[in-house]
Amino acid sequence: MSHSEKASLFIQDAEKTQWHDETLWFVRKKRDLITKTIPEWEELRETASQIKDHVLDHLADYLEEFERNANKNGIQVHWAQNAEEHNRLVLDIIQSKQCQSIVKSKSILTEECHLNPFLEKNGVEVVDTDLGERIVQFLNQPPSHIVLPAIHLKKREISELFHEKLQTEKGNEDPYYLTQAARIHLREKFLNAKVAITGVNFAVAETGEFVVCTNEGNADMGVHLADVHIACMGIEKIIPRRKDLGVFMRILARSATGQPITNYSSHFRSPASGKEIHLILLDNGRSAQLKREKFRNSLKCIRCGACMNTCPIYRKSGGYSYDSTVPGPIGSILSPGTDLKKHSTLPFASTLCGSCSDVCPVKINIHEQLYEWRQEITKANPDRPKNLSMKLASGIFKSPLAYRISGTLMRKVIQALPNSILYHPLNSWGKQRDLPQVPKESFRDWYKNNRL
Amino acid sequence: MPEYKNIGLFIPCYIDQFYPQVGIASLELLEKLGCQVGFPLGQTCCGQPLANSGYERDTEGSSLHFIEQFQHFDYIVAPSGSCVLHIKEHFPASAKIHPSFPEIKDKIFELTEFLTDILKVAIQGKFPHRVGYHASCHGLRGLRLGASSELNIADFNKSKQLLSQLEGLDWVELDRKDECCGFGGTFAVSEEALSVQMGNDRLRDHTSHQVEIITGGDVSCLMHLEGIAKRQHEKLKFMHIAEILNQAIS
Amino acid sequence: MNSRSIILEKLRTGNPVADKPLPEWNLISSAKNLVSGFKKAIEANKGEVFELSEFENWLKSQEFEQVLSISKHFNYPNSIQIPTDAHELAELNLAIIDGQFGTAENGAIWLDDKNLNLRALPFITEHLVIILSKKQLVATMHDAYKRIQDSNSGFGLFLAGPSKTADIEQSLVIGAHGAKSLRVVWCED
Repeated sequence: MSHSEKASLFIQDAEKTQWHDETLWFVRKKRDLITKTIPEWEELRETASQIKDHVLDHLADYLEEFERNANKNGIQVHWAQNAEEHNRLVLDIIQSKQCQSIVKSKSILTEECHLNPFLEKNGVEVVDTDLGERIVQFLNQPPSHIVLPAIHLKKREISELFHEKLQTEKGNEDPYYLTQAARIHLREKFLNAKVAITGVNFAVAETGEFVVCTNEGNADMGVHLADVHIACMGIEKIIPRRKDLGVFMRILARSATGQPITNYSSHFRSPASGKEIHLILLDNGRSAQLKREKFRNSLKCIRCGACMNTCPIYRKSGGYSYDSTVPGPIGSILSPGTDLKKHSTLPFASTLCGSCSDVCPVKINIHEQLYEWRQEITKANPDRPKNLSMKLASGIFKSPLAYRISGTLMRKVIQALPNSILYHPLNSWGKQRDLPQVPKESFRDWYKNNRL
Repeated sequence: MPEYKNIGLFIPCYIDQFYPQVGIASLELLEKLGCQVGFPLGQTCCGQPLANSGYERDTEGSSLHFIEQFQHFDYIVAPSGSCVLHIKEHFPASAKIHPSFPEIKDKIFELTEFLTDILKVAIQGKFPHRVGYHASCHGLRGLRLGASSELNIADFNKSKQLLSQLEGLDWVELDRKDECCGFGGTFAVSEEALSVQMGNDRLRDHTSHQVEIITGGDVSCLMHLEGIAKRQHEKLKFMHIAEILNQAIS
Repeated sequence: MNSRSIILEKLRTGNPVADKPLPEWNLISSAKNLVSGFKKAIEANKGEVFELSEFENWLKSQEFEQVLSISKHFNYPNSIQIPTDAHELAELNLAIIDGQFGTAENGAIWLDDKNLNLRALPFITEHLVIILSKKQLVATMHDAYKRIQDSNSGFGLFLAGPSKTADIEQSLVIGAHGAKSLRVVWCED
């Protein structure tokens, strides 16, 4: 299904659409409020952007420096070219520990690799421990937002789900009550897991450390109680120096949720005594995206989700309408690089309003890349009818005579047609919108009569 | 005031065909403010509908035609932020290497920025109405005709700067002052349901603040919003900012 | 070739490298009064800030079964012994630990292995108290990272509040998986 078909389905529930829109807009407003308390905000964005630009130019060098230092610290570094290799590496580590059940904190990268179904197929129980992720995992759904995974669900639905899965009281929709039920349920999982998986927010080449940010503390509960910590990261998450963290830690949470910092920002440099840290560096199409000059800087993304919260299309169509691991504007410029055909409608699911680019803390020119992907998609998938009408238009626009004739003709035709045809369901414009009243003369005609 | 004798008026195709009154208002307004304005009769379309649909490569002919039509003017003015942005940024590479293109890029202005930044005129007039302003995205975030709400920069808005000079005009502050209306060119038809939903939400922001007239710098957004409002029998009126200024000054 | 070499090779060939320099910056801190700024930030993060005497009174009024204090600035006579395995802390009601320094712009307190003893401690405990000196405050995260530039701990943590979530309809709930409360207590340095 195309984005527009899925969006139309989402919109049918008007009340929920409005709630989704207003809730995410509220997050965007919180972000506005807090960023406006930082006078140097725009300078921070610029600095963050320059650091990331520099890293993308020297990615191989920084990865090697990181690996060297991480190894020195006792972190075991692995490299994976694609999702299959990544998943196999994870499974091998788990199996070498004779482990049947693992806990995992939020990691969009493991969603990208479809790690959960792979591990489950191989007999490993995976428990997502971020509350929102646990909720969608119970429902067998992917996250609909990279920071707020269950934002598409109402508390009534979560209450029903927890009643079934965690035996909570029927009809009790109190978020505190439901969260406490999840706390008790997950605590037992934390205490029994031998292996814990996390994502990575930043990895520092200079020190060989990596940083994981959460508000719930679920990543830390998992890894500090387990014997083995597996951290999964995309190769683009590297930053050069520890001091660069100062810039990124100031912009990440403020952009994501409008809070000054996540309540837990954990820096992992070496394993506690008797324990292991494994870190997997994943390519999975990133090196290919890096070669695409117009699209490479999409790899600057720090996964704050601000472009989703600000995007009127995301807010009103929901994360699932994108059918992509990373939904929203940033997903629409990342996904076509992995599967152009499957994601060919995404760059068109935008009005090119540019709000995503202005909100982005690392200044990715998202809307300009959406425009550029459109150019690529029409080249790669020439859908003929559209091509023909566009070719026709192109001919008309370069010939003044053809333009004048077609314009006059168009006005005459619209004037002549009865409303039943003008507003036929096949005419998308007229389904819920009137056409402009057609004037007797064009501006050009008026000009000739009045000024020449 | 220096004299502005050689100004080329670019009237986008849909204004030419469906909203001649906006073209007339733009022309009369510039003339009232002391400009001598020419309208090259051979002009067509800037090519934006094609380029935004992914066919920038097919706009070479129309882009070169545009350059030929307008290169001899000192300034080019158009009552559309969207088309001006397209000409500056999205002409195909083959047109951007035309020797006149760099100059065209520097001398083309959207109408309100021409008034505030080049003519720098004081506007005298009366317009006793409650007006809601729809910021078109391409004008706002493309041409930076105002400070977008995402950025932490000093607030400004070129349309507000002009309209607030009119006696009696009641400028309405919206809840979401610069959210997209959902027009988006072909988006309006390819994503019809979303487009209308977005338009509806924008309209509600205006009607809940008892706006009488919605104005803006891009007729395309206004056409979309007006189309929805009319279908729902809303009593809102829609005027391009050129129409308000022209009417107020006379 | 192994995956490592293949990936590095791909990254090194055919890239449109512009060679943009790594920026240096001098971002001036906007915080003026560090103590009040820090307190405001902690409160916004849903923690609390106490003077020492206030904290002592509060503690007397509580009936915790298990309290573990490893603070050098606050003596708690009935503290349990620190176990070798963090799993034994599953029933811990209160942990009292020292923070190294706090950051005024966001309330983040730096803790590392020498403050924690067991890395799980500030998470697994039901309630958390961090003892901090008013003199150990910095303005922004830039200052914070300057301060820890040369420290080398296996684990380090900026902790800024209690465990929290808003994953159910964006309603804020304190006490997700980690500590249900954070109290920062001022001590004399």
